Order: sequence, then C-alpha cells, then structure tokens
Amino acid sequence: MRDAFIAELNALAAEDERIMLLSADIGFAVFDKFRADYPGRYINVGIAEANMIGMSAGLSLSGMRPYVYTIIPFLTMRAFEQIRVDVCIQNQPVVIVGVGGGLAYGHLGPTHHATEDIAVLRALPNMTVIVPSDPAETRAAMRAVHGHDGPVYIRLGKNGEPALADNDDFRIGKAVQMRGGDDLAIVSGGPILKVALEAADELAEAGISCRVLNIHTVKPIDAEAIVTAAKETKAMIVLEEHSVIGGLGSAVAEVIAENATGKPFKRIGVPDVFTYDGGTQEYHWAKQGLTPDSVKHTAQTLLTA
Amino acid sequence: MNVEMKNSFLDADELQRQADEYRLGILDMTISGNGGHIGGSFSVIEMLTALYHRILKHDPKNLEWEDRDRLVFSKGHCCLALYNVLAGTGYFPKERLKTYYQDGGLTGHTTYGKVPGVEATAGSLGHGLSISVGMAVAAKHQNRDWRVFTILGDGEINEGSVWEAFAAGPQFGLDNLIAVIDCNGYESLGTVDEIMSIEPLPERLRSFGWAVREINGHDMTEVLSTLGQIPFEQGKPSAIVSRTNKGNGVSFMENVFKWHYRELSEEEAEQARSELMARIEQ
Repeated sequence: MRDAFIAELNALAAEDERIMLLSADIGFAVFDKFRADYPGRYINVGIAEANMIGMSAGLSLSGMRPYVYTIIPFLTMRAFEQIRVDVCIQNQPVVIVGVGGGLAYGHLGPTHHATEDIAVLRALPNMTVIVPSDPAETRAAMRAVHGHDGPVYIRLGKNGEPALADNDDFRIGKAVQMRGGDDLAIVSGGPILKVALEAADELAEAGISCRVLNIHTVKPIDAEAIVTAAKETKAMIVLEEHSVIGGLGSAVAEVIAENATGKPFKRIGVPDVFTYDGGTQEYHWAKQGLTPDSVKHTAQTLLTA
Repeated sequence: MNVEMKNSFLDADELQRQADEYRLGILDMTISGNGGHIGGSFSVIEMLTALYHRILKHDPKNLEWEDRDRLVFSKGHCCLALYNVLAGTGYFPKERLKTYYQDGGLTGHTTYGKVPGVEATAGSLGHGLSISVGMAVAAKHQNRDWRVFTILGDGEINEGSVWEAFAAGPQFGLDNLIAVIDCNGYESLGTVDEIMSIEPLPERLRSFGWAVREINGHDMTEVLSTLGQIPFEQGKPSAIVSRTNKGNGVSFMENVFKWHYRELSEEEAEQARSELMARIEQ
C-alpha cells in the first residue's frame, strides 16, 4: 500500500504543481523518485510532527496542496492538536497519510501500533477518514481525494498487502459490496477485509450467505448501505483492525442504533487493551481474535440467538 | 503599507498617537465585553501599529492579493490589539468591534475565515510559527517576494512546538520569515523567568540560526527602524526580541500580572481612560 501511495502521488504531482510532500524523517528510499522528479517539492521536516502539520497548513493557506506522511501514532496523536486547529478548524485541504495502520507494525511494540487513530480523527469536524484495503484501492483513494476541498486522513497498512477490493471506482463515502447474501452482514475495511472475506466464504460453504460491505470511508460513513444491509440480513458483525472503542464498529453501531434496525450486532476488533508482545501482524490478529474462526463463531452465536 | 495609506504617511509621533488610540479601543472592548487579555494587547500594540501602518505590503480591500505580506498573530489571546488595528486599517467596519464577546460576535481569539485580515487561526499557543514556516516555504517555492511576520508571546515559547519551528526556519533558509517575540515578561500566573525561563532569548535564537535584534518594543522610532532593516541577514530568518511592559500605557496595569486577563471596575476604567486620553493629547 505504501508503494501504491507514492506511485500514485508521483503520477498526481506530474499533473498538479501545487502538490508537495512532507515527511517526518520516515520512508527510507521510498521518496527517492519523487525527490528526483520534483525537486523542491519534498521536505523532510525532521522528527518533528507538530511542526510538520503546522507547516502543511501554512503551505495550504498559501496555495499548495500538501501531503504529509509518517507513522500513524506520531502523525495523528503527537500532532493531534495541530491537526485539529491548523488543519481542521481552518478547513485546509491537507492530506494526512499514515503508515502502519492497526497492527501492521506488530513487531515494533505498542508505541507503533495504530489502534485509536480512527476514533480520534473521526471526531474532528471537516475531516474525511479513509481506510483502503489494498494497493489498488489506495491508488484509487489517492485519485479520489486529490482536489477534495478539506482535510483527509488516509490510513495505510504497510507494504505487500494482497489485492482484496481491487477497487478502481472509488467514491468517497460510498461503500462497496464485496459479497452478496441475506443471512449475515459483515462490515469491514482496510487489510483486515481479507479475514472478513475468508470468513464469508467459509460461512457460505456452511450454508450461511453473507453480505460483505467494504467501508473504505469511515467518515462520512455510508449510512444507507449499512441500514439496508442491516434490514436485509438477520445479523451484523463489524470486523476492524482498531480498538473496539471509537472506530468503524462504533461508527456502524451509531448508524444502526439510530435507525432502529433491531438486529443482533457484534463488533470484533482490538479489545480495550495495549499489546505488549512482539509478533507479526498475523500473530496479533490471531491473539486479538481477528480471525475467520472468530467471525464464524460470532456469526453462529448471533444467528442462533 | 496599504494603497490608501500611501497618501497619509504617519511619522513616529503620529504612529505613537495612533497606537494609543488603539489602546483606547482595546480598553473600550475590555469594558464592553467585560473581560479580555488587555495587558498583552497593550504590550504588542506599537509593533502591530508600525507593521500595519508602515511596514506590511497589504491591501485591506483585496484579501486574496497573492503578493501581500502575511502576518500570523500567534499570541491569539491578544486579539483585542489585532482587531483594533485591522478595523483601523480598513479590514472591517469599526462598528464590528462592539460585537466582541457578544453572542454571535467577535471571539476572544482570532479565527481564520471569519475575520477579514486574520491569516491564521490562533488561540492555542505554539501553532503560529509552524504555520508561518509553511507559508514562507511556499513563497520561496513559488519565487514570490512576499514575507511572513509572526508575532509570538514570550510565555508562548514555553511550548515545545515553537522550538521545532525555530529549528526549521534557519534549516530551510527562510529569510522571508520574521518572528517578533513580544517579551512583556509575564505569563498567566507570574513572570516568565520564575515560571519557565526562556532566557537568554537572543542568544538562544542566534544559536538556532536566526539573525536577532533586541529592541525596546514601546519606542516607535526603534521599532520602525528595526522593521525597516529586514532581513537582518541574507539567508537567515529574522527575529526581533521586543522588550515590552505588560499593560504598557496605563500606570496601574504596567508589569502587574493580574492584568493578563481581567475586568475593570468603573473607577479603574475611568482612570485608564483618562491616562490614555492624556497620552493621546500630549
């Protein structure tokens, strides 16, 4: 996803001279082509995220189109108040691109895990929150947000994610139905969509038809698709690579609670804990219960309730 | 100086009188709004008056003019000073000053997009210099010669984010960036020295790579001559350590930290007004 992001940014920068890229000393060799192709349009601001966000707002106020990039916790939480004031209160078209979504940096420990970013950023007025699931959707999202008139957060995984959504027709705020079905709705987004699709396929083999919604835009959320799915199925599960507090599961719960769908509902995400172990992303998914088996077990519980 | 003002050039004495008239406006708003950051608004008023009446290249009738100098007022709590100067130079009608602290009216910190002439939202301290660095980088990148002035408080630079920006300005060679630090010596609860000292500030800034001047921020002649020498060194951002008195202009407010933010009694208001009138009529 990271390579997809920078490849698309390279392409966009050829068309739009206002585009500048800022990073906080992260991205070894990742930006070499951008730097070579667009001299003066890449700035390494040093390990100083607050200054990076403030600078991006200043650039944007002066007619540039800044993209800022670093690892999610430092980008979104160290500099949160700069995002709130400089970017969101001033409603500036800054694209905030975070790398290491969820447990992608599993080995690096809890300082580098990104499991509360969506909760804090979707609370900000004017902010759009996008979680692509694979490289193609990342590129499509980059094209969709270019020219968007306001702040955007794009949550990347790392690199080498498999194709899942392969979504070339990305519309901000419009969910993508990945599987059709009327027994169970599984709502997901980001690289963990892989697990949702595996679970749906295994449940289908067991005779439970699943509708899978890829909610690549957490805000503004596609309430219509969610309510329709809730009404047309018997139960709903949200699977997310984020704390169960405040992320996609919470956003979906808000929608269905206010639309009186009255169907059984369960969130599967990172419980309200930090993760102190080392381990791969897959290790952490398994440890936190973000697995096809967990989805299947939850589905059976909900459907027999 | 803006287009209309070219025909009404004010000398240092006249600018000082103008600054004191702004002080009177600040006082009136503090009274009508029943509160406001009056002390720090008084300390910075000579600097703002000099900038908007003589130094800045700006046009209050053309807010989108690309080649205007930008002024980012980072010590946004002292908005009373900025509001008066913006109204006084034609950005919006003076009538609007009366809406301060009224429902639906002017706020106690400056908001971009809501008040003509405000180049960046401020109120949360420690933001303005980073925004200004971004603006100055944009001007360089676009090969434009407009400049970015940032006005910070001395208490404000307790904030660590300011020091990230102090490092960035010289790193990026921003000689189109000017930081004015209004050193009135006080933050909310006491002196900066006793709470979290930033001294020796000129030496600190020089060691970061800034070209620094230290001046008496209430001496209009010195303020004008210093601002006229920008940039102090080619290739370096300029910093002005402006030594001021909090509450300057009203005897019982000067260097008394309770006048950081305060309502005035009727007697205090009367005395302050008569002292300011005496300065203006001098």
